[in-house]
Amino acid sequence: MSSPGKIIRKKDLTLLQKTFIPEILKGLRMTVRQMFRPTFTQQFPEERFKPDPSFRGRPVLVAENGVERCVACGLCARVCPALAIEVQASETELVKERYPIKFEINMVRCIFCGFCEEVCPEEAIVMSQEYLLAFTSQKEALFGKERLLKSTEELKNRLEFLRNHR
Amino acid sequence: MDIVSLLIVLIKILVMMFGVLVLGAAMAVFAERRVSAFIQERVGPNRVGPQGIIQPFADVVKLVMKEDIVPRQANRFIHDLAPIISISVALSTFAIIPFGNTIVLFGREIKLMIADVDIGILYLLALTSIGVYGVSLAGWSSNNKYSLLGGLRSSAQLISYELSMGLSLLGVLMLSGTMRLDQIVLQQTDYWWGIIPKWNIFLQPLGFITFLIASFAETNRLPFDLPEAEPELVGGYHTEYTGMKFGLFFLAEYANVITSSAVTITLFFGGWHLPWVEQLSVSPFLLSILQMCTFLGKVILLVLFFIIVRWTIPRFRYDQLMHIGWKVMLPMAIANFLITGIVMLVWA
Repeated sequence: MSSPGKIIRKKDLTLLQKTFIPEILKGLRMTVRQMFRPTFTQQFPEERFKPDPSFRGRPVLVAENGVERCVACGLCARVCPALAIEVQASETELVKERYPIKFEINMVRCIFCGFCEEVCPEEAIVMSQEYLLAFTSQKEALFGKERLLKSTEELKNRLEFLRNHR
Repeated sequence: MDIVSLLIVLIKILVMMFGVLVLGAAMAVFAERRVSAFIQERVGPNRVGPQGIIQPFADVVKLVMKEDIVPRQANRFIHDLAPIISISVALSTFAIIPFGNTIVLFGREIKLMIADVDIGILYLLALTSIGVYGVSLAGWSSNNKYSLLGGLRSSAQLISYELSMGLSLLGVLMLSGTMRLDQIVLQQTDYWWGIIPKWNIFLQPLGFITFLIASFAETNRLPFDLPEAEPELVGGYHTEYTGMKFGLFFLAEYANVITSSAVTITLFFGGWHLPWVEQLSVSPFLLSILQMCTFLGKVILLVLFFIIVRWTIPRFRYDQLMHIGWKVMLPMAIANFLITGIVMLVWA
């Protein structure tokens, strides 16, 4: 057996304190008072957390009038530290001349750093306020263009925030 | 004994078993979890059933379905026997608690306690001593150093506190002059000057405090839960227990809490006595029901007290435990019994 530690006995306690009982009653008063304080817990499936515009949820492509803003420059794929983004460019008749024929984000790899949004010259990829991302397979986590596109109305809060704070 | 009275005893046993074990202990577990959650500003289990009230039953179903693992070097027979001892002691203590006076049903007067024994309090003390075997055998048979330490600690602790528990009850015994718990309760239904109920707590405050502290130690509840001190002993005596065998220890702890609350109430708070209800002139049947509800209410309050104390006071160190047991509690109990004797001698 190891040697017992030095026992510290406080000498300056009053007799009433040495009986423990008033001190225990004080402690009990504290815990009982604590019992009636409100809790901050959110009852998740029923109550959902509503993020601020500064929240970095899953990255989405901004669609203006049904067409994505993206010109497939590939900067986001280049900057992505987790190598989650894959872009394949193609030509189009529109003014912007280039568009991504394939734009895929692997949501299993994405780390929500927001670098893609920061680097994008067209404000075409932004972080949305969606955070419920649960998958049952790797394949399900590959988000193609159809799942990434979101209209400017839906992303109004985030776009406004970016304009004011960047 | 005719068949009807035998049947009545059986029904009482079934009702109390069901009431204390299934409902009482389960609800105490639930109350513990919810109350501790409220104290810590959490919500606690609130999903299974309304406000989570069915949670303990869900837990029991889970425990029953778990695999029962016995360590390779363990003594299988004793390993199986230990939880049985624990739970049966916890339950059979309840047999002598009067949970009401008498009730008249179909022209038959039924006494509201299971075993009407003369040695009431002695039976209680004897059974709680047997309860040690459950814990220490569990610790020994698991073949695990932590379990063994937990079992040893619990036997040392229970033996030290048994003494002061028995001595603190001597005051009550001397005042009432009987060991029958129903007689002790009946004597407490009187009044001083027609107002203050003659509960033993007013006569024996020191004895009450010693008994309460000792019963905390006897039930292994938090300020004295050294047998299962998680930070030092993993899980103490039930480290190597799984499934419903662990569940039995768990239920036994809460059944013990309920039983010791009931004993405290019977001895010090007038048992089923509801003060000033005699003036209201209610029918005898309703009165019995009221008295049973009173008993239940008092038990619930005391169980809540046990729970709140658990989440208030940190665990004692082992030397502090022994210090309190032998150098504080024992002299206090003896002083109480001496003072009671002297006062009774002078008064009478």
